[in-house]
Amino acid sequence: MKTAVITFPASNCNRDAAMALEKVTGRPAQMIWHRETEIPSDIDFVVLPGGFSYGDYLRCGAIASRSPIVKDLVAKAEKGLPIAGFCNGFQVLTESGLLPGALLRNKQLNFVCRPQKLTIENGNTRYTSQYAGLKEVIFPIAHHDGNYYADDATLNQLEKEGRVVFRYAGNPNGSARDIAGIVNEGGNVFGMMPHPERAIDPVHGGTDGLGLFKSIIESI
Amino acid sequence: MKALVYVGLKPGVLDPQGRAIARSLNDLGFDEVTGAFQGKVIELNLSGDDKDHAKARVTEMCEKLLANTVIESYRIEIED
Amino acid sequence: MAKKKSEITPEIVAEHGLTPEEYEIILDRVGREPNLTELGIFSVMWSEHCSYKSSRRHLGKFLTKGKRVIQGPGENAGVIDIDDGDAIIFKMESHNHPSYIEPYQGAATGVGGIMRDVFTMGARPIALMNALRFGEPDHWKTRQLVKGVVAGIGGYGNCVGVPTVGGETNFHKGYNGNILVNAMCVGLADADNVFYSAAKGVGNPIFYVGSKTGRDGIHGATMASAEFDDDSEEKRPTVQVGDPFTEKLLIEACLELMATDAIIAIQDMGAAGLTSSSIEMADKGGVGIQLNLDKVPQREPNMTAYEMMLSESQERMLMVIKPGKEKLAYEIFEKWELDVALIGKTTDTGRLVLKHNRKKVCDIPIAPLADDAPNLDRPYVIPAGQPVLSHSEVWETQDYNDALVRIMSHPNIASKRWIWEQYDRHVMADTVDSSQSGGDAAIVRIHGKNKAVAITTDCTPRYCYADPYEGGKQCVAETWRNLTAVGADPIAITDCLNFGNPERPDIMGQFVGCIEGMNEACRAFAYPVVSGNVSLYNETNGVAIPPTPAVGGVGLIPDLEHFATLKGAQEGDTLVLIGETEGWLGASIYLSVINSREEGAPPPVDLEVEKRNGDYVRSLIRGRRVHAVHDCSDGGLAVTACEMAFGSNIGMQLSRSNDIPTHAWLFGEDQGRYLLAVEEHSVNPVISTAHSKGIPAQVVGKVGGNRIIADGAFDVTLEGLREKHEAWLPALMNKTDA
Repeated sequence: MKTAVITFPASNCNRDAAMALEKVTGRPAQMIWHRETEIPSDIDFVVLPGGFSYGDYLRCGAIASRSPIVKDLVAKAEKGLPIAGFCNGFQVLTESGLLPGALLRNKQLNFVCRPQKLTIENGNTRYTSQYAGLKEVIFPIAHHDGNYYADDATLNQLEKEGRVVFRYAGNPNGSARDIAGIVNEGGNVFGMMPHPERAIDPVHGGTDGLGLFKSIIESI
Repeated sequence: MKALVYVGLKPGVLDPQGRAIARSLNDLGFDEVTGAFQGKVIELNLSGDDKDHAKARVTEMCEKLLANTVIESYRIEIED
Repeated sequence: MAKKKSEITPEIVAEHGLTPEEYEIILDRVGREPNLTELGIFSVMWSEHCSYKSSRRHLGKFLTKGKRVIQGPGENAGVIDIDDGDAIIFKMESHNHPSYIEPYQGAATGVGGIMRDVFTMGARPIALMNALRFGEPDHWKTRQLVKGVVAGIGGYGNCVGVPTVGGETNFHKGYNGNILVNAMCVGLADADNVFYSAAKGVGNPIFYVGSKTGRDGIHGATMASAEFDDDSEEKRPTVQVGDPFTEKLLIEACLELMATDAIIAIQDMGAAGLTSSSIEMADKGGVGIQLNLDKVPQREPNMTAYEMMLSESQERMLMVIKPGKEKLAYEIFEKWELDVALIGKTTDTGRLVLKHNRKKVCDIPIAPLADDAPNLDRPYVIPAGQPVLSHSEVWETQDYNDALVRIMSHPNIASKRWIWEQYDRHVMADTVDSSQSGGDAAIVRIHGKNKAVAITTDCTPRYCYADPYEGGKQCVAETWRNLTAVGADPIAITDCLNFGNPERPDIMGQFVGCIEGMNEACRAFAYPVVSGNVSLYNETNGVAIPPTPAVGGVGLIPDLEHFATLKGAQEGDTLVLIGETEGWLGASIYLSVINSREEGAPPPVDLEVEKRNGDYVRSLIRGRRVHAVHDCSDGGLAVTACEMAFGSNIGMQLSRSNDIPTHAWLFGEDQGRYLLAVEEHSVNPVISTAHSKGIPAQVVGKVGGNRIIADGAFDVTLEGLREKHEAWLPALMNKTDA
């Protein structure tokens, strides 16, 4: 099992993501610099980490989503490579078109950092199967632009197809239909604003994030 | 040549910053403000002198990077 | 030959903040009339901000050495040893004046600057703290300042990806015209790979790295050393703008280069930019420096030498590289898409020589810039202490429920959630405890290890105002107590000394009194000062701020199996109070909130008792004898119990253990006290061991239920009180102007 974390200029949760992957797989994750043009073919799972890639200038995730490595990522996603984006990584995934919708400025306009209760809407995805019927988890959130937006037709489709994976219990940012995390049609690409990688160790105050990493690793 | 690209949220997309601006203006007594929308202006310095060509190129830039057409619309002005 | 007309008029000298006497020294040392660039360089180097001319002789009194001190004051930041080859590098710094003029950018660049001080020395920043003082909540400027400062701190720290784990925020009318924004950064380095600023060796290349130079903040250092008046807002264009994105790249690039063997010396360009960084490096290394200003990356056309030397553009560093390593440096900085330029070299002349447009525009000796900087012995009068207030001189409330609610929702006690929820507190995934718990000190794990640092900032300006010496002692003692309360060994402090105009003997007296009090506490605890900053002239229209020597303390939790917070109190636990309660109400929160009086002597700190009590509490934490610990400070036992109740989410019942008047029992601010939640079976051993050591310890209540009760005084629901405690700040910030 080989995993990788992509690092953009001013990614800042790349180390956190790598620690989580190492904890679950027992092997260090490979760090891939944004200027690389290809994800090595032996990589089984890729994480787009949180942070402020390119200073969040223009739009959050916009410039990163046009980097050389993301081009290859899009091609590999279509072939089924599992890819998860957390926080800024989720923004990169929507900007690159791998996931529908967009992340707008939080409704209350302020940055918000708090432990956030989430409901697991679909426990049968490749990212939630190991939660074994658990209905609620707590992941930290820390973002300024986490207000999920998509038009009604898209939202209806996401719901109908069971692609809303997590919802906020107590909406912290104005996200449409309390959506916190979604998957693509193929079920291999997943994005969420909360930080499961910051809930993997008792010192974090909880280990609810481990289930997510175990689920996707198990599915490969 | 210079291109001015105005990017703003599409109508119907919640614009909390615009709403905050409108509310604040109302609070200051500018009751005639019934709405505010916050966008951004991107100024591009361009080489060449073919305005139509420039407009086509800048449109492509908007589609590829400058605007996220899921939520944003854009308007282009080419100046000498 | 006719004598050339003097370019430097007395007016120009005065505009540069230099006295005629100081100008005479410059003429003597330069040996001729300086040009404007040279004068500007002397002016910033001899400004209060860079030369510490009013404070230097007093700062020299501080204890600065200790067995864990690797580097004390004098470098970019202090360095302490935390075992296993790890070093902690930390410092606190003020950005008061810029934050008042432009709160977002002022606070943001304050955070950026303090982080650079830390990573310049080879440390990865791992935690940020901040100590903020604003004016009265209903002052017309306060909300806008709170909003801007908080957004600026968050905007910068969150983006760079360093957790903001704690701090303190106070409101007082004394800061109406002059807020305080003090930011602290803590970094982690390898103890044998710490970088210093001395530019050793001749002929070594000098590299400029980071953002381009613009006309930002020209004369920021002199601005920070001048009093405010109502025209200050017109100084806005000189405020620097921060770019956290570049800072993040700069951190990564510098740490990458530091992992190689390429750097001889490194210094960030902070206040007085290129001038102070180049001169400090040269002065410490005992060399000269020659720079070609044409090579300096510039953001605007036609910049003069004067502007380039005095610019305070952010996110820039200067470094001396080992000959032969130039290519490596270029490669790393270009990889991180940062501007990098070879702008000069070290020389053996002992002079600062600048070239611009192929002309020599500056040629002055370096030593006088540092050695001959004014070192003033300003007259001072330490204010007489205020009389001690007896219990009967303080009015006792007839409605304790109301008093408790008023105190718990008072600006200086109410929850600051609205602020800290805007700070990313867990990025880097090593935050063990932060503002979120309301605890005494933040706890941040050392990455990959089972130990942690504890960090706190404290200052009680009302005590310092009432009695600078006792107040100074108390600031240091409170940090020591807060570190102890989480089970850490306190190691060292950094300080940020915010005072008014030192030209007034009473203000200078506050300054000297506080330093002497602080120093006595440092010596009693073997708890040295390793870094710090002085901010003077904090006054507007002749009104000085309350004396505010903010102290940042750092301690070590050697084993993460043994620490405490205020979150662990459990149903059935017994509340034990360590320390003596006399019910000190002078200069207390109770006196201020319930009696609307700010007077009386502050509670004295008996350093010997403080140490004995603290050492005992730490031993209890390490022996796992306690479920929760909280230090007793602002608002006394009642506030301490409420905060523990909120943190542990459980009720508390306080019962009488003495016969002092009720208001003094509940709200007295006697020092050296800790509230412990102890499991039933441990109560007797905890108390009897304390008594055997001569430490006062008594049962003061029980943990349980969902009410907060004090016998014969208040009885309120936990949730109702929490609601009031939480509601104050959001209500203030969401208020719309009519």
